[in-house]
Amino acid sequence: MAQKPLIELQDVSFQYEYTNVLRDISLSVREGDFLALLGPNGSGKSTLLKIILGLLKPTKGTVKLFGEPGSTFKHREWIGYVSQKSNSFNSGFPATVKEVVASGLTKKIGLFKRRLPDQQAKVIESLKAVGMEQFANRNIGELSGGQQQRVFIARALVAEPKLLILDEPTVGIDHENVQSFYDMLTDLNERHHMTMILVTHDVDTVSDTISHVACLNQTIHFHGFKDDYDSLSDDQLNAWYGHAVRKIHHDNKEKQK
Amino acid sequence: MIESILQYDFLQNAFLSGIIIGIIAPLLGVFIVVRRLSLIADALSHVTLAGIAGSLYLSQSVTAFATLNPIYLGIVSAVGGSVLIERLRRLYKHFEELAIPIIMSAGLGMSAIFISLAQGFSADLFSYLFGSVSAVSRQDLWIVLGIAILVFAFIFIFYKELFVLSFDEDYAKASGLPAKTIHLLFMVVTALVIAASMRIVGILLVSSLITLPVAASIRIAKGFKQTIFFAILFGELAVIIGLVTAFYLNLAPGGTIVVTSILILLLVIMIKKIVMAIRAKD
Repeated sequence: MAQKPLIELQDVSFQYEYTNVLRDISLSVREGDFLALLGPNGSGKSTLLKIILGLLKPTKGTVKLFGEPGSTFKHREWIGYVSQKSNSFNSGFPATVKEVVASGLTKKIGLFKRRLPDQQAKVIESLKAVGMEQFANRNIGELSGGQQQRVFIARALVAEPKLLILDEPTVGIDHENVQSFYDMLTDLNERHHMTMILVTHDVDTVSDTISHVACLNQTIHFHGFKDDYDSLSDDQLNAWYGHAVRKIHHDNKEKQK
Repeated sequence: MIESILQYDFLQNAFLSGIIIGIIAPLLGVFIVVRRLSLIADALSHVTLAGIAGSLYLSQSVTAFATLNPIYLGIVSAVGGSVLIERLRRLYKHFEELAIPIIMSAGLGMSAIFISLAQGFSADLFSYLFGSVSAVSRQDLWIVLGIAILVFAFIFIFYKELFVLSFDEDYAKASGLPAKTIHLLFMVVTALVIAASMRIVGILLVSSLITLPVAASIRIAKGFKQTIFFAILFGELAVIIGLVTAFYLNLAPGGTIVVTSILILLLVIMIKKIVMAIRAKD
């Protein structure tokens, strides 16, 4: 099957007031890719995501989503988005896990319509995909950070997106749960053929399941296959990251096996 | 009591309006509270007062206003205030709450001027400030009913969008929902509910009927729909008990309704504590 790019950025730059936040970004993500977008804090990752999500307009360059210009792209429900947990939601909010997940269908159902006929089944199914079905009737505020993050992924999955974008999804999750969290992402990518973009500042999270890596710091310093990324030297990484980093995760992985 | 209600029109007006307000104020209140906009409701009620006071003043000096129900100017100023608050919130992006004292003092300041300009409507004004059992006209009742229909329609149509917007505004925007438009509509509907509730609970106590039942409901509800259900139940209880007491003891219903709401809130908090303690023992 010919792989069509789901996201295609060409020479995208973004200026905020007088600062260049992003410069000449060209990036494409194809169907089935699992791209890790790496960059230190302040490298413009969130800005780039906002451009992809249509929340910001690039100062220069073009954005194409599913082959269509970003400005006229109508099918936002094809893109699932999981933000940093701490950002936007109020943990005392009185809603059950089921209600939160169902809210992921809002755009898909459309204005002036109430619900889908098979809504309940869809909600339970996506909760199963993230292993949270036993919490369906609990209030969201009663769950741990990691569990909440799984619920937010279920909220993104319920609309059956073709592309899932995760912004630093493991921030605030205890160390032990991070691995099982990545296993779940791998499963979604491999079994459900979902295209993924994982945004992180943590080089260590680049695990074996990732197919492509893009390194961002104002501009793209590296974009290619995971294997090529692995052969980068620590010196090269340090140069774009701005301080010393080492890819220690591979040793860990091998030890685990 | 039932006999009196059947016998007197003014009691029918007050009770029917009260029952409607007991539903719409907490219903919208749930969204207002979870979106942390409770203080905005307060600010809007003071702007409504400016409209009411303005209308009462004009009714003395301009013949065209002599027979106009002051609630209309109240509605106009509340809706205007809600749009202004949004403007200000966007202007002071990093100090969004600044919009509240600005609008609130503007409302109170104008009210003070109108009240001092006009002579001799203190009895009328008192009923607008603290509510009234006897002053609700049939026309007021129709206005309240009309507003209630608008509120139900708005929440029925935009329930899922309002939920997403309340739960996670960034997510709502990222998924391409018309967040700005819905938010603006929400503010306008809030203004309408405040104008409607004012006749029964009074301008100064409107926001309590919007927030107190929700505060109690949040303590015990599981999920969002249940939060709405309990909020309406508590709101309705407070309105009915409050109106009956106000009628028999000849008090301002705003006071009795709010005090009843506070008692319900305290009771709910206490019961919840006891239940938790018993559960912890098991």
